[in-house]
Amino acid sequence: MALQSLDIQRRSATTTPSPDVRQTMPVAKLIDVSKCIGCKACQSACMEWNDVRDEIGTCVGVYDNPPNLSADSWTVMRFSEVEVEQGKLEWLIRKDGCMHCADPGCLKACPSPGAIIQYANGIVDFHEENCIGCGYCITGCPFNVPRISQKDNKAYKCTLCSDRVAVGMEPACIKACPTGALVFGSKDDMIHHAEGRITDLKERGYQNAGLYDPQGVGGTHVMYVLQHADKPELYHDLPKDPQISPLVSLWKGITKPLLSAGLGLAALVGFFHYVTVGPNEVKEEEAEHVEKEDI
Amino acid sequence: MQVNRRQFFKICAAGMGGSSLAVMGFSPAVALAEVREFKLLRSTETRNTCPYCSVSCGLLMYSLGDKAKNAKLNIIHIEGDPDHPVNRGTLCPKGAGLLDFVHSPNRLQFPEYRAAGSTEWKRISWNDAFSRIARLVKDDRDKNFIAKNAEGATVNRWLTTGFLAASASSNESGYLTHKVVRSLGMLAFDNQARV
Repeated sequence: MALQSLDIQRRSATTTPSPDVRQTMPVAKLIDVSKCIGCKACQSACMEWNDVRDEIGTCVGVYDNPPNLSADSWTVMRFSEVEVEQGKLEWLIRKDGCMHCADPGCLKACPSPGAIIQYANGIVDFHEENCIGCGYCITGCPFNVPRISQKDNKAYKCTLCSDRVAVGMEPACIKACPTGALVFGSKDDMIHHAEGRITDLKERGYQNAGLYDPQGVGGTHVMYVLQHADKPELYHDLPKDPQISPLVSLWKGITKPLLSAGLGLAALVGFFHYVTVGPNEVKEEEAEHVEKEDI
Repeated sequence: MQVNRRQFFKICAAGMGGSSLAVMGFSPAVALAEVREFKLLRSTETRNTCPYCSVSCGLLMYSLGDKAKNAKLNIIHIEGDPDHPVNRGTLCPKGAGLLDFVHSPNRLQFPEYRAAGSTEWKRISWNDAFSRIARLVKDDRDKNFIAKNAEGATVNRWLTTGFLAASASSNESGYLTHKVVRSLGMLAFDNQARV
């Protein structure tokens, strides 16, 4: 897979720079919330393609089913009933899942080499064979997406069907969507498509319609068209300005290299001390002296 | 730093030991990465129509094996047919989950018969099923067929039995169904495609 590894942009916990001569087209998934009818065809298609089946749960009183993302449910429809203004109820349905950030918090937080990969086309993928199940990716994710499996203690999330995209196909969810709320293509094309939808929504009275492509994480490769882009928290608490937790940069940026350097230095000093000064041996005279004192 | 001969040997031995351990495979492995293999690469692709509703979406069904004599085909994946004019590759949640419908342990795969008053289903052959259906249809039609009405006009109708056809039928099979049902004189005739 030498050719494909050329298309890797970043690897978790790896300092060796990735080859970056080849320029592949960045891809993106666009989720038009205003067109979504909440049928969950994307959820079915996702489970089918990726060979994961979640446990059959129970009704929790709302249409959310399963009620949350899990290691077996990589995408979940979030239903929010919101009174946008007095007497105007709106049913906002958001397809939740990995946002494939350009600056992925999970990858930055991951301590296991090669467990999280960012491809040059923007897809952020987990390689479970390298995952050690520490859960740092969950702490690092500003959207609370990765989940640790109870079966094998490894983290799972949406792969944007990297195996399909690698052979030139669209992700399974995109293909299934019967209303065309999900669209897939180059990131530029998706932004262009979104502009058309936003103009349309504004004509229909949604003055604050807009594109959700948060710059706090360098932009995302999964974008939303929102009717109320000024208030993304209406859509099941979509963060307004997502940022990677400062703990991640604090640990990875300063603390970890400092501590590692300290550890290495201590070992080195210890070694040279042992070689030059030698172990702290008790001389026979001293031992006798101590024994006498004891008696 | 003062290093005598003995200490110099110690340093050399420790260095050799450390690098040898690394060479023998105790060093961290190189981080490899590749995408999951595309699982449909040489599978058999078959076109079909979704069995659920009257929209009759086109399907692509992918089976394990390439139809070689010794390979037993088994469906591993189903998705929408992008060349089908009805759905152009899309599917509803039920259609997208057809794989589990195909492999469901509850799926009816042969005719079964439950005698009146019994709680048990018994497997019967297709021949027995067809014969029994034909027998009951014939008996009912012979008993209740109305050739002429009260005024003596020929009506040739049969009102005691109805027919409900499936939705995912082609024009041709729909035409044949209609011919069979109407030629028997049956009036109550509907199709799920009407929904």
